[in-house]
Amino acid sequence: MIVLLGVLVVILGFATRRNPLLVVGVAGIATGLLAKLSPQEILAAFGDGFASSRSVTIFVITLPVIGLLERNGLQEQARTLIGRLGKLTTGRFLALYLALRQLTAALGLTSIGGPAQSVRPMVAPMAEGAAERRHGPLPERVRERVRSYSASADTVGLFFGEDCFLAIGSILLITGFVNTTYHTHLEPLQLALWAIPTAVCAFLIHGFRLLRLDRSLDHDLAAPGGRSAAEGSRTAEEAK
Amino acid sequence: MIKAEWFYWLVGAVFLAMAAQMAVDRSNPKRLGSAAFWGLLGGCFFYSSWVVEKKAPAEPLGVAVLAMVCLGGFPLTGRGVPRTTTTEQRVATAARLGSKLFVPALTIPLVAVVCASAVKHWHIGGQPVLEEGSETILGLGFGAIVGLLVAMVVVRERRPSVPLHAGRSLLESMGWALLLPQLLAVLGSIFQVAGVGTQVGKITEQLLPDGQKYIAVAVYCVGMALFTIIMGNAFAAFPVMTAAIGWPVLIQQMHGDPPVVLAVGMLAGFCGTLVTPMAANFNLVPAALLELKDQYGPIKAQIPTAGALLVCNIAIISLFAF
Repeated sequence: MIVLLGVLVVILGFATRRNPLLVVGVAGIATGLLAKLSPQEILAAFGDGFASSRSVTIFVITLPVIGLLERNGLQEQARTLIGRLGKLTTGRFLALYLALRQLTAALGLTSIGGPAQSVRPMVAPMAEGAAERRHGPLPERVRERVRSYSASADTVGLFFGEDCFLAIGSILLITGFVNTTYHTHLEPLQLALWAIPTAVCAFLIHGFRLLRLDRSLDHDLAAPGGRSAAEGSRTAEEAK
Repeated sequence: MIKAEWFYWLVGAVFLAMAAQMAVDRSNPKRLGSAAFWGLLGGCFFYSSWVVEKKAPAEPLGVAVLAMVCLGGFPLTGRGVPRTTTTEQRVATAARLGSKLFVPALTIPLVAVVCASAVKHWHIGGQPVLEEGSETILGLGFGAIVGLLVAMVVVRERRPSVPLHAGRSLLESMGWALLLPQLLAVLGSIFQVAGVGTQVGKITEQLLPDGQKYIAVAVYCVGMALFTIIMGNAFAAFPVMTAAIGWPVLIQQMHGDPPVVLAVGMLAGFCGTLVTPMAANFNLVPAALLELKDQYGPIKAQIPTAGALLVCNIAIISLFAF
């Protein structure tokens, strides 16, 4: 019962908005002590955990490439490019990216996107570019929202695409944990197949919300120049 | 055979080089703390190799990790003023180089895919070229190296210090959040050793009314999401909630179909990942990289989707598992 105090430490730290690094560090030490681990065992647990989880940090290796390209105008070029594709609105572009991200992740190509590799240098500037073409310069608040939705398209696409692939961490974790703990035999393929219904729901729900983003941008930015376009699209919607 | 550890050393060396740059960057008010944080991180990437092979004790690494927690947690790290180009210069180079700028960025995933699919099957003298099980990681590494070379040719940049400086600015803008995912993996393993899952199971068994299938499904899914919100990681929540309810109640007691319950249960956890700042690499790091004033911007964009998907997951288990 007493080991649950470790969970409480995390909740309290979270609720009082302490620095997450400190919260997790303290919770780890506290839980270890409550479970009667020796200080050496706790230090070893921290060390072993760090060593075996290094793969989550390796995307750093792509930063010099992205940084160099950004110095030379990658984001600006992304905006220019989207400016030429007349019919691609912010929402349609992000829904398209969501679909691509889900499909590639389902094929095991999870490192194809990501906040550092694709969202910052390309996806977010393109989404902003599309909004700017329609509405002119964006106010700060709207710019933040477009960027936030760009990040969300990448994350949702990754999460609910990758589990349809057999050799992905979460599927291997499920089979590894269940097969050793409960002495049963689950195949990765069965699990990957049952990830498909949720993947479809995720695409429909988030895709719909991304398309709705266009209408809320039209609504928020109904400036004299943008109004006619916004109303044009609204009547087209009603006509259906 | 090319080993994954070599690639981890390369990442470590990049951290060390950037730490050295930070130590002499007088525009950073906390340059020594920053250099110590990233330098330690780089050093740990090297030392970890021996820990993984069990040739060195893990305790010193644990001390270093706690030192990094203190450096990042009592914010002793900061960022310098990036030395970069102006918007006018960028517009000018973008106009000159055009869409050639995308080629190096797209080279990274392309090389990663080729390594994970084709090179995976190559053998030299009976040995696989790439270490088995690490093809994707190594692919990302090769992709980054090839991408950098292509980028330097495309933008006609000869000095290797320029991309290193540019990468360091991005690293400084992410800051300590970069360490959180690895730290959460540690917390998950400590929770497991301490038996947090069995304790949660005992409590839920007392609270759960007997034979209420749909309530049990909802408790499992919502529990996965809540624990993921607390732990920042569905992988850490999964063993806890599955040992508590998923296996003993849904599968053994109510004869649910294991693949449906477990696969969808994990996805219910992912709904929690979408809405927690503890999942720093998915929620806080993008906000920092996109230079958002509201660091919870991506989370706010994801909350409605996460809520709706959690309901879908409960429905999918209820419909298909029994």
